[in-house]
Amino acid sequence: MSGAPEVLREYGQPGAAPVIQGRHTYGSITDKIADLALERRSGRSFWLALGVTSVLAVVFAVSLIYLLVVGTGIWGLNNTVDWGFMITSYVWWIAIGNSGTFISAFLVLLRQRWRSSINRFAEAMTIFAVAMAGLLPIMHLGRPWFAYWLAPYPGKMNLWPQWRSPLEWDFFANTVYLILSILFWYLGLLPDLATLRDRARHRWQQLTYGLLALGWRGDARHWHHYESAYRLLAGLGAPLVISVHSVVSIDFAFSNLPGWHSTIFPPYFIGGALYSGLAMALTITIPIRAIFKLQDFITPRHLANLAKLMLACSFVLTYTYMTEMFTAFYSADKFEIATALDRLTGPYAWTYWLTIFCNVVLPQSIWFRRVRASPVALLIITVIINVGMWTERFMLIVTTLHRTFLPSSWHSFVPTFWDWSTLIGSLGSFVLLFLLFARFFPVISMAEMRRLNVRVSGVDR
Amino acid sequence: MDRREFMKLMSAALALAAGGCAHPPLEPIVPYVDGRDEGATQGDPLYFATALTQGGYAQGVLARSDRGRPTKIEGNPQHPASLGASSPIEQGRILELWDPKRSHAVLHDGEIASWDELMTLLSLRLERLRPSGGAGLRLLTLSSSSLTEGSVMDAALARYPQARRHRYEPINQDNVHEGARLAFGRWLEPVYHFDRALTILSLEADFLGCMPGRVRYARDYIQLRRPDAKSPMSRLYVVECMPSLTGAAADSRLASPSSRIGDLAAELAERLASGGKTSSAWLETAATDLQSHRGRSLVLAGEGQPPEVHALAHRMNDMLGNIGRTVDFIQPPIEVRELAGDSLAALVADMHAGRVDTLLILGGNPVYDAPADLEFDRALERVPASIHFGLLVDETAGRCAWHVPAAHELETWGDAKAFDGTLTIRQPLIAPLYGGKSALELLGLLTGQLGFTSHDLVHATWLARFGQERFDERWREALRGGVVPHTATPFEAAEHLGKAGAPAAQPPTPGAPPIAAGETLEIVFRPDPYLWDGRYAQVAWLQELPRPLTDLTWDNAALMSPTLAARLGVRNEQIVELELGGRTVEAPVWIVAGHADGAVTLPLGWGRTAAGEVGSAHGANAYALRTSKAPWFARGLRVTPTARERTLASVHDHHRMLGRDIVRSATVAAYRAKPDFARKEADLAPPPTLYPDYSYPGHAWGMSIDLTSCIGCSACTIACQAENNIPTVGKEQVLMGREMHWIRVDRYDEGPVTAPRSAFQPVPCMQCEHAPCETVCPVEASVHDTEGINVQVYNRCVGTRFCANNCPYKVRRFNFLRYAEDTPSLDAMRNPDVTVRMRGVMEKCNYCLQRIVRARIVADRENRDLHDGEVLTACQAVCPTRAIVFGDLNDPHSQVRIAKSSPRNYALLGDLDTRPRTTYLARIVNTTEEEPG
Amino acid sequence: MSDGGRQPGCYGLMAEFGGSQEILEAVRASRGAGYRRIEAYTPFPVDGLAEALELRKSPIPLLTLIGGILGVAVGWFIQWYSAVIDYPINSGGRPLNSWPAFVPTIIELGILGACLCAFGGALLLSGLPRLRHPVFDTPGFERVSCDRFFLCIRSDDPLFDRERTHAWLAALSPLRVASTPIHPGEPA
Repeated sequence: MSGAPEVLREYGQPGAAPVIQGRHTYGSITDKIADLALERRSGRSFWLALGVTSVLAVVFAVSLIYLLVVGTGIWGLNNTVDWGFMITSYVWWIAIGNSGTFISAFLVLLRQRWRSSINRFAEAMTIFAVAMAGLLPIMHLGRPWFAYWLAPYPGKMNLWPQWRSPLEWDFFANTVYLILSILFWYLGLLPDLATLRDRARHRWQQLTYGLLALGWRGDARHWHHYESAYRLLAGLGAPLVISVHSVVSIDFAFSNLPGWHSTIFPPYFIGGALYSGLAMALTITIPIRAIFKLQDFITPRHLANLAKLMLACSFVLTYTYMTEMFTAFYSADKFEIATALDRLTGPYAWTYWLTIFCNVVLPQSIWFRRVRASPVALLIITVIINVGMWTERFMLIVTTLHRTFLPSSWHSFVPTFWDWSTLIGSLGSFVLLFLLFARFFPVISMAEMRRLNVRVSGVDR
Repeated sequence: MDRREFMKLMSAALALAAGGCAHPPLEPIVPYVDGRDEGATQGDPLYFATALTQGGYAQGVLARSDRGRPTKIEGNPQHPASLGASSPIEQGRILELWDPKRSHAVLHDGEIASWDELMTLLSLRLERLRPSGGAGLRLLTLSSSSLTEGSVMDAALARYPQARRHRYEPINQDNVHEGARLAFGRWLEPVYHFDRALTILSLEADFLGCMPGRVRYARDYIQLRRPDAKSPMSRLYVVECMPSLTGAAADSRLASPSSRIGDLAAELAERLASGGKTSSAWLETAATDLQSHRGRSLVLAGEGQPPEVHALAHRMNDMLGNIGRTVDFIQPPIEVRELAGDSLAALVADMHAGRVDTLLILGGNPVYDAPADLEFDRALERVPASIHFGLLVDETAGRCAWHVPAAHELETWGDAKAFDGTLTIRQPLIAPLYGGKSALELLGLLTGQLGFTSHDLVHATWLARFGQERFDERWREALRGGVVPHTATPFEAAEHLGKAGAPAAQPPTPGAPPIAAGETLEIVFRPDPYLWDGRYAQVAWLQELPRPLTDLTWDNAALMSPTLAARLGVRNEQIVELELGGRTVEAPVWIVAGHADGAVTLPLGWGRTAAGEVGSAHGANAYALRTSKAPWFARGLRVTPTARERTLASVHDHHRMLGRDIVRSATVAAYRAKPDFARKEADLAPPPTLYPDYSYPGHAWGMSIDLTSCIGCSACTIACQAENNIPTVGKEQVLMGREMHWIRVDRYDEGPVTAPRSAFQPVPCMQCEHAPCETVCPVEASVHDTEGINVQVYNRCVGTRFCANNCPYKVRRFNFLRYAEDTPSLDAMRNPDVTVRMRGVMEKCNYCLQRIVRARIVADRENRDLHDGEVLTACQAVCPTRAIVFGDLNDPHSQVRIAKSSPRNYALLGDLDTRPRTTYLARIVNTTEEEPG
Repeated sequence: MSDGGRQPGCYGLMAEFGGSQEILEAVRASRGAGYRRIEAYTPFPVDGLAEALELRKSPIPLLTLIGGILGVAVGWFIQWYSAVIDYPINSGGRPLNSWPAFVPTIIELGILGACLCAFGGALLLSGLPRLRHPVFDTPGFERVSCDRFFLCIRSDDPLFDRERTHAWLAALSPLRVASTPIHPGEPA
């Protein structure tokens, strides 16, 4: 395959904003991006953000320590509603992670060149989100220090995991997912680490990046295997994402509870995952693009594309929302109907309607080009969508649990201070990790940008 | 016998008494015959028959002793008041025994003093009083039926002729006794035969909930409530103010303010005597029903109703020819020389007048529970030497000069009569834990014979009664069986009774007033079903046990009907000021469907101020409004709403079935017409499944719960709590929905809120064969054993809580916090066969697996197979009405198989194909009108 | 100059280019001129370079497949063995060998095996990690990770001759031609 048709294809979209703005050369791209990690003195906005998120990270740590000391009872859970904020957040995080992989893996397979500028974000987002998603369910256990009992190992007790439990599937899905995401991300990072190694001035930078680069020399043979492996990992990531989020949805669908026990859950959750992940990707990209002055590489074209994908996903969700209600009533099962009505009119109805507004109504504004073109508008919308997606998971979990089969044991869930502190804390920690990554690593894949540049602009310098 | 003779016998007793020292009891105690005998292997629990008294009436129990530690109360099958069952209160008495907050030392003005100091002081005072024959010396005790206490008292009073004894019970039988006197001219007590009565009319008589002999009465009552039996089903009419267990069981219930019930009774009596019509259709139906069952009907009045109403009841029974058939009369088992109310009033009068020099309060807590108008505490200040004797340093102890720690009933010897007069010799299970004394030992001082143990005195009494020859044999026999054979008080022969005369006066009550804002209302005092008169306030189990018809824990409340609440413009949990005769109390409102309009019920026994940290500061003190003139209900109540609130910890927020066939019920007629009405398709044939069935070749344990028999007393809940070391969690945690009971009693109301029909449903783990909780557990902490029990492996549980979410019955309980606090004394109380669960693990009912294992070990030892009924689960054993049957489904002749073969048998939520091993028998009521819903 | 033998002290000659098309041409030309031991270093994967160098098809897909199959096998066996043979227990009345419930874990483990092999294979076949390599001593080589493209004709190429090869490279009009030394005692 040669570069020429690629160039045509990229230019062949009339009216589309370019994926790279301005005349760039290999050198200018490298300078721009590498210097962000190596040379730049962090600005005020960066330190401010770092300060705030560090505080939140401390809140997170304190909440978890208090949890370990006192017990699960610090949350508002009870014998009727045994899952609450933690599981809600868990689903929310894992969904965000999944969508990161979607951007980096699916779009590779689909040869969507424009993704080059944002896949590093997406992968980092995935890793940190999955890290959170891995931590929360463990902390949510009654005895977190025994979480390793889910792993099959020849122990003294000669016990094995119970393989039929979706939680067991979940354990494997998430572990594998985390491993693959890290490998995928690291492999993509290798050439850029080499770049940093070669440009670093300070000894510690040379050492660190040198070690991390593993001696990458840009040998054609390296690239040969690199490309093959990269595509394969992408190819593996795609089905993995599907399986991971299907399993997450089965954590609920496997049960016999009205509102959970439904076959639409896997597609439902996957749609939701892409949706919230794309939203989160934009929520992160837009400010970082501004802070680090990356407008050349992350152009309105990228934002618009992501926004369009989001709009598409919101239709998938809208469809599943309608199907859910329809099947509930069509089933003629009094428990299903009761749960459906409870969602529409019950004590937690506001969560349902908030979900509908954030995930169905609001995104329609993306139809308008002016909205798609305005980063600020998109930022606001995506933040609201993130809230909406969190609310959706909360709604799904709590409105099912608080009123099940026997009215005698109905009981509502009221979040406590610690529910909130753990939630906010995890958000802060996530952003903190992301900031640190953006500070010390190339936020955009330079190697890919070089290739993209020659293809798009034809400038082979 | 006279005093001299008594002294002789006591010295004889001393000679007999064996020496020894504390822990376990000094004197030989005798295990229950059905329990394993003395020869039992070390480590096996032993059962000892004894009795627990309340209001003077004995409830026969078997106390389980694990390596010398009493750990559980069971009913005594041989005891007429128990027949093997017991009430929640008896279950709680174990925790009362081990309560670490019990009084540990003799106190003088709050300072720790010594027993000898007290003895010296007392002997000096007594010496001073001797010349005057003990004038100014007073004894205040609770009601008692103890022969020994009686004779010791007599001996004491014989030495101090001028001294006086007073008896007081806050919840007493005065009205019953006085009612009998109005009718028959003497103090008698009725004994009812519910197993012979086809039509029962209860005038606010809660014979299932709080009458002496209630456990036995529940069993008798249910004898004629077995729809599968050939015998006709009895019909129960109840008129009452606050819904009680009896009211909930009623086939036809009329809500009426307590003060109106007298009128209704009078009207009914008139109707029965001289025909005519009654004002209300309800009365008319009842009347006709009663008349059509002459000799097989029964009218009874509750202890809260004035004597006149009791007299009317006796009169009606007489007219209906029921006396000698469904009701008999006996000499009161408890000693009645004067009415409890009068007795206390007299004492307090003397105290005020300064005529009391030395006051021994041998039990009871008058500072807390004496009628407010007597102002007992002020009177107490005028008593130079006051000595309180009790389990706790309670309100009264705080006001007395001296306090003596009392020994618990499970720590002392004694004797007591059951509701029918049957005698039990109480034997201790353990030497006093906290060096407590028995009242008898204290009295020894008065009889001038110090150093006698309670054993000596009881022994002496019975030596006198049994006589010398074959004494040991009879003594051992009595101890072993827990009853002295053939000691039930003989019934008064009808001819001796004479005609039940009409009461001189009609009950002094005006007609029912219309209720309007500002209009005065009626206040009704009822004993708390679990705290009783307040004496069990420090028993956390009883505090946290949901009240049958309010679902409240850890609090009482101003209970009123929805209508009244609407008229007063108050809502649940809003604090109102209750004002009666210038005295006020503040209590939160709790709306009770079916409560009579125009009245507010305030349960007694709450608002303790010195009942240990568990018992104090819960609820509102009703005694502050209760006067000696109107101990049970009074008119002229004013209710002033305040802006404040008190959150109440109710365990159920919803009581409607919403068209879900959870409790399936029908009238007898409908049932006889269509016996399998309760069977839905899932019950007829198991839904199709992809999975091959597991086979359970050995035993296959199963349970059947009869909703017709269940009266909702919650004994099962607390028995389970005691058996399985289930922690209490406290009000805050209950509010968060984290109560830990393994078997809960759900209540569902049908029909209008003004007159709902309540149905109780005990819900333990269903032990599903297709258990939804098991497949979702990632670590195999919830698995099936080979006999089909769904077991929870505590030390494997990591606490994902998916099992609890996925349980359709919501019977799983999670240790959200460290609920099982290790208080040393409570550790000693725990059942050694059951793990104490740590924080972060799930727990639930497992069919009392430990009992199955115990039984199997015994069977193996005797080289035989387990036979049906050998394993009783804790809930089954305690149930007064035998509503719960447990056993082997593989045994074609087992009780549980027979029960499940009834057409009423159905599975809760069966169409989920969970295949529950626990199933229910549909509820059959005997109403005249059709079942609502 | 006999073939195979490497010139002492010299790893090869490096021609430095400024663009991907140039190095592509240079590689094709040099292959045409009969050079065999050619190496190309680029700042990004240049399309067609592998073909130009006639590199063998990467075996990584095969490795990945094997890894995947191994993962699946392990995943299936461990579940079957523990649930049916080693610790058979009645969980919710489900059959011991409830294989449909085993599938998700099998899939995940299959993917795990595959991705480990793909990643490991890529490093292994690229001879990484190797922090020290002679080509790093080539003057100006640090820009290979930025904007320069290097063509290296190794000194053990049969046709290698310091002068003629240098002339040949110079004829390709690179930015410059430099020699890559090997320090004594260093593996080539």
